[in-house]
Amino acid sequence: MRPTRFKNPQAEDGQFQLRLIVAYVFMLLMFCVLIARFIWLQVYQYEHFSTLAQNNRISLLPILPNRGLIMDRNGVILAQNYSAYTLELVPSKMPDMNATVAELKKLVNITPRDEKLFKKLQGESKDFESIPLKVKLTEEEAARVAANAWRFPGVQVKARLFRDYPYKELTSHVLGYIGRINQKDQEQLDDEDKTTNYKGTNYIGKTGLEAVYEDDLHGQVGFEEVETDSGGRAIRSLRRTPPVNGNNLKLALDIRLQEVADKLFGNRRGALVAIDPQTGGVLAFLSKPGFDPNLFIDGIDSQSWAALNSDWQKPMINRALRGTYPPGSTFKPFVSMAALETHSIGMHDVRPAPAFFTLPGSSHQFRDSNKNGNGSANLAKAIQVSSDTFFYKLAWDMGIDKIAPTVGQFGLGRPTGIDLDGEASGVLPTKEWKAKRFARYKEEFRRWYPADVVSIGIGQGFNSYTPLQMANGVAILANEGVAYKPHLVQEVVDAKTGKSRLVEAKPDRTLPFKKENFEYVKAAMQSVLKPGGTAWRLGVGLPYTMAGKTGTAQVVAIKQGAKYNASALAEQYRDHSWFVAFAPVDKPRIAVAVIVENAGFGAAAAAPIARGLFDYYITGKVPGSISGDMKTVPMDTADDAAATSD
Amino acid sequence: MTLQPHLIKRLWLTIKAPLDGPLMLFLGLIFALSLVVLYSANNQGLDKIDNKLVYTLLSLSIMWLLARSRPQSIMNFAPPIYGIGVVLLLAVHFKGVTVNGSTRWLELGITRIQPSEIMKIALPMMLAWFFQKYELSMRWWHYLVAAVMIAIPCALVLKQPDLGTTMLIAASGFFVLFFVGLPWKVILGGMIAAGACMPVVWNMLHDYQRRRVMTMIDPMEDPLGAGYHIIQSMIAIGSGGPWGKGWLNGTQTHLDYIPERTTDFIFAVYSEEFGLVGNVLLVILYTLVLSRAMMITAGAQTLYGRAMAGAITLSFFVYAFVNMGMVAGILPVVGVPLPFVSYGGTATVTLFVGMGMLMSIGNARR
Repeated sequence: MRPTRFKNPQAEDGQFQLRLIVAYVFMLLMFCVLIARFIWLQVYQYEHFSTLAQNNRISLLPILPNRGLIMDRNGVILAQNYSAYTLELVPSKMPDMNATVAELKKLVNITPRDEKLFKKLQGESKDFESIPLKVKLTEEEAARVAANAWRFPGVQVKARLFRDYPYKELTSHVLGYIGRINQKDQEQLDDEDKTTNYKGTNYIGKTGLEAVYEDDLHGQVGFEEVETDSGGRAIRSLRRTPPVNGNNLKLALDIRLQEVADKLFGNRRGALVAIDPQTGGVLAFLSKPGFDPNLFIDGIDSQSWAALNSDWQKPMINRALRGTYPPGSTFKPFVSMAALETHSIGMHDVRPAPAFFTLPGSSHQFRDSNKNGNGSANLAKAIQVSSDTFFYKLAWDMGIDKIAPTVGQFGLGRPTGIDLDGEASGVLPTKEWKAKRFARYKEEFRRWYPADVVSIGIGQGFNSYTPLQMANGVAILANEGVAYKPHLVQEVVDAKTGKSRLVEAKPDRTLPFKKENFEYVKAAMQSVLKPGGTAWRLGVGLPYTMAGKTGTAQVVAIKQGAKYNASALAEQYRDHSWFVAFAPVDKPRIAVAVIVENAGFGAAAAAPIARGLFDYYITGKVPGSISGDMKTVPMDTADDAAATSD
Repeated sequence: MTLQPHLIKRLWLTIKAPLDGPLMLFLGLIFALSLVVLYSANNQGLDKIDNKLVYTLLSLSIMWLLARSRPQSIMNFAPPIYGIGVVLLLAVHFKGVTVNGSTRWLELGITRIQPSEIMKIALPMMLAWFFQKYELSMRWWHYLVAAVMIAIPCALVLKQPDLGTTMLIAASGFFVLFFVGLPWKVILGGMIAAGACMPVVWNMLHDYQRRRVMTMIDPMEDPLGAGYHIIQSMIAIGSGGPWGKGWLNGTQTHLDYIPERTTDFIFAVYSEEFGLVGNVLLVILYTLVLSRAMMITAGAQTLYGRAMAGAITLSFFVYAFVNMGMVAGILPVVGVPLPFVSYGGTATVTLFVGMGMLMSIGNARR
């Protein structure tokens, strides 16, 4: 007799025992279901599965989609595919790998580099995967291997599509490149659950647009179920799901303009970004020097890689996107906007513009670039002659808290949101930024000194922006505050339907500034190209209206009392030459920022590049200095004029 | 060094005393089978066998300690263990290690632990303790409190996201409720409600989980992706036929077609090599373990003992059924190991802890 612990032991017990029985019967039933399933699979379907299991009887072959093309705004192809033969080996089907390779060498020209790459890939792949020993066989080589195929089990000649960038260096920093899928890419694909869609694919966008628009360009893999004989030859196709090709990209970029820009640069280093202020479309995007992206597609050999990496000119760095420089005097229009917006100065106030500026109670001289100074000037004149002392004083009077918010509205000091990865954000100096930047230093480094703002006023000091940010800022200024997000891709063309998906063409935001202030600063920038302005030479014989601002960014601080002497300084320490501009002034169709590294004064090096570019874009005339070596078709002005409502 | 026979005998008796003979016999047979399969699945490498022996021994000693204890004293640990489990789950939520997009582990310097695994035992313990405590004053709202106790860990594990483990934890909680006498009306009503909730849950699922479910219904939907593994493991089972291809002869296995072949999909390896005969043998062994566990449950004296033993037994059944069902392609792929067979330390410890508690409840019969 149990101790009576239950309220109603019999009922409780009875209920519990019933439930036990229910549970037990349920378990047995479920196990019966399992057994039934096993009988179904292992007895009734045994033949079927046994056939399937006989390795290679039925194989699923992925059918690769064609990667989308990339073309410029006029449909000129910048990234294309072409078909070629590859020689591929399946290690698991080979009795003796080394002997086979040695035999193949007699038929095909296999370089040590091919062999190295093959060994590397072999380490990264499974034994039953097909690994290319040589890509791009000639027709003759392909035929030779095919004729001898019976001697080599596990050797295949396959037709594959290859990527090609016909404009090489010209597009390296825009398109980026595709490369072989490596361990890291594979992990990422697994994470994003895209592994299936990359079955049989060996390449993936690594940098530039090829990486950003990977999902569009790649398309969707198809597959074919084929029955094969024991030798691995396909007997018949059982089922086929066709692939969906990748979407094409149509850029806002104009490759002809890009080439003109490149030719105007010649061998100099630097960057140029041209934007259509009315759409945000990037018309030209150049970082000099470039590199040949074709080298990277099948894995770059170590010699070329070392050469690219150790080159002091750093061709691998995308200067337009990631290079941050002090903007020098090109910063002054933005400071002027801040001054007008905060009522720190009136449009007609005349103030001194002496040879040097000193802070109260300090002997340090902030010198003017014009050693005699400019006497006195109003704001417009100060922009025209680029008076440093005028702006030192103006910045000193305003203080950073009045400058930074307005300048920040132009997108300086933060990523613009262009459709490329790895954009640098630059630095728009503020008190908070300084405190954070030097957080690990002594208090005296973290503190904001009144003097800090002085050099910021002329675009030096902590200021540092990318050429892309400067171009974007000038485009917003030219468009009088209606701001677009800069984008390289104008539309994505769907491979299946042929429909275009436009990349955002609505304004991103509108700056809350007065129209007359925009007009005032724009007019002042226009006067820069008029007699008395720092870029007056550029204005000679101008067939359209153009506005701009020169800038010279110091790379090294010059000792007090010393005079800047470009020829005595080693090239790497010479000033950078800046120019920002837009045209036509009233309804701007193009805005540009150009920086030529270590080239000295803005007016001398960078400004002529902008003028040549505008001449070509607006009038269709190739600048005389480079007309001899242009590759692309000259621009037909008619279609261009029709494209705008000027 | 000489060992006196009577000492050995004493030691043997000490070890044997708390253990349940039939259970040990059936588990031993399953374990022997598992070593045989693991050797094959691991391409005849002994490293995993060694590891498995080590952690099985460790788990056995934990089981032995539990089996020696009185259910009463084990029961008193329920609230702290449950509390710690919830805290650890929260810690995972905020500071966990992420692998393949789900955050399930806590880094403890020496090792990683998976707190959701603790919950498989802690939740039924807590619930059984709770009902034991209020046994004489049971009201309907006690079930509501219990539902909250189930919901907390489930929600945390679901967030990781780990759908499979969530279902197992929820199931273990439900089994306790079932054995303490949750009315049939409620059970049936709950089933109908669950059916009605399906569309909502469907919308909450991640894309990959939906794909898994769709793939289960028709693996050929996605033969290169989610369906690939299932197709391959079905081929492995089916081609094993009635008698199997023989030990170490599984072609599917040794040609790398089976994913996770030492862990979640080890059953495919076993099936291919030992065929229908092997499968039936394994199911019979599991049935024997379950039957013995059921007998222990039936003889339990306290409400706690009944509920806990019942929940352990049914959970054990669910693991076995879900794993084999998944590999045989009748259930979606969730990460559930095959009890006592799959390679992996954490799950083994949990299983043996359950067995230890079961024996302790069995020993309490007078």
